[in-house]
Amino acid sequence: MNTNVTIAGVTFNNPVTTASGTFGSGMEYSEYVDLSKLGAVTTKGVSSIPWPGNPTPRVAETYGGMLNAIGLQNPGVEVFIKRDIPFLRQQKAKIIVNVVGKTTEEYCDVVERLADCDVDMLEINISCPNVKEGGIAFGQDPRCVEAITTEIKKRAKQPVIMKLSPNVTDITEMAKAAEAGGADALSLINTLTGMKIDIHRRAFLLANKTGGLSGPAIKPVAVRMVYQVANAVKLPLIGMGGIVGAEDALEFIMAGASMVAVGTTNFINPSATPEVVRGIEEYMKKYNISDIHELIGCVK
Amino acid sequence: MSAAMKKIALVAENRMIAEDIYSMWLNAPDITETAKPGQFVSLYCNNGSRLLPRPISICEIDKIQGRVRLVYRIAGKGTKEFAGLKEQDQIEAMGPLGNGFTLEGKKAILIGGGIGIPPMLELAKQLDCEKQMVLGYRDITFLEKEFETYGKVFISTEDGSKGVKGNVIDAIKANGLEADIIFACGPTPMLRGVKAYALEHGITAQLSMEERMACGIGACLGCICKSKEVDHHSNVKNKRVCKDGPVFYADEVEL
Repeated sequence: MNTNVTIAGVTFNNPVTTASGTFGSGMEYSEYVDLSKLGAVTTKGVSSIPWPGNPTPRVAETYGGMLNAIGLQNPGVEVFIKRDIPFLRQQKAKIIVNVVGKTTEEYCDVVERLADCDVDMLEINISCPNVKEGGIAFGQDPRCVEAITTEIKKRAKQPVIMKLSPNVTDITEMAKAAEAGGADALSLINTLTGMKIDIHRRAFLLANKTGGLSGPAIKPVAVRMVYQVANAVKLPLIGMGGIVGAEDALEFIMAGASMVAVGTTNFINPSATPEVVRGIEEYMKKYNISDIHELIGCVK
Repeated sequence: MSAAMKKIALVAENRMIAEDIYSMWLNAPDITETAKPGQFVSLYCNNGSRLLPRPISICEIDKIQGRVRLVYRIAGKGTKEFAGLKEQDQIEAMGPLGNGFTLEGKKAILIGGGIGIPPMLELAKQLDCEKQMVLGYRDITFLEKEFETYGKVFISTEDGSKGVKGNVIDAIKANGLEADIIFACGPTPMLRGVKAYALEHGITAQLSMEERMACGIGACLGCICKSKEVDHHSNVKNKRVCKDGPVFYADEVEL
């Protein structure tokens, strides 16, 4: 049975990775999961300098999901290079580094610092507000998407995945813009912007007022968007949004994703990722599928 | 693999001890084996619409019978679900989580505020020194009798219906309590008051903090608190309440 998938020349043992921000740098989960058994570890977003993130409360549960406004707290690229990359390599994990920034220069700075590091791919989170364009997210304007993709591709030595925001009218427009900018792959979806109000305190639940909605509640939206994007561009896709088990992962694969990422579920079940890998294999055995590629985009 | 794993525990007892306050004993030998006072257990709902675990502090540890006691308040739909559990029911639990209190000092004040009172019970049991317990309530009291086994109990209520009218600091002052160590668990405003009191009197204080959490294992960075120094994990002045805490020395954190 073949579960290997190759994206932009990088081969992964299986199509399961982690959604950025839900798996720390991998280290936080190494007591629960043999990291070498995952397709790859996608790290928490890394910025050029340490980011302290937002005030608390940063998380709130919603029906079948959760809101988060962590604010991309991270120790910065220097510590990441010194501490986290060697650890992940020692664990024999394939590494996808998620990159964040507030300006194009900040993204490029991180990409350049990572250029000569031993990592497999870069994933660019373009749902961050672009402070020089009045705070609208990079990923919400096709011109910005194409421009930042082009700038990053000029500097990156690893293949580049652009992570799309679902908070747009037509996600295929953004996908096409990233493809035009030279992206090697796309990942989708990031969280959906949401809000929760505490009616007893008559106040917002999150200190940030709004947060990103994730968890099983968003899965149908994510599957739909993966299907749309798969039919709009030629790039390989990493699908995510509300995956709890292998059945969910298979929906994304059948909609057109070559790889999937488990996100919020890691918070609820720290050993969810190897369970999804096993579940996909069991499905393939049950239906006599010899190669995972038979399933990728099989539902037209 | 030494981390606490998510496992099914059996409810040994679950009963209301005051309005909206429940006491649950869980048969969970894996938890009791390593559990310390001040640590907590994540309890999971059986309803898929409620994803996140509820962190509940450990009230008592019975290593002989392999049972752990959790005293919790009904704060929403999740804890309401727990309140409905009967003897022999199953519940998913992960623990013990967090660092717990460091046992130290010769003369201690143990301060609990509201639902921060339960973890002080196991601490009172294990702490081998002179102990004074200060329990702060809004109005209805609970657990206070159980503390009497371990030392003198002082009560404050906001409405003055029992003990000193006011908060825990008012009770400490009214009773002229002295100590070389303070242990406290309760809402942030109370901890802020305890920290100021400890600083003013030159007393070491260990504070157990609370914050909204998602994972409970140090990954999501939801439950951070501000630290005085740059933290080695975050590389900023943030510590994780679930993993680096919930217990911090008062001078480590900004409240």
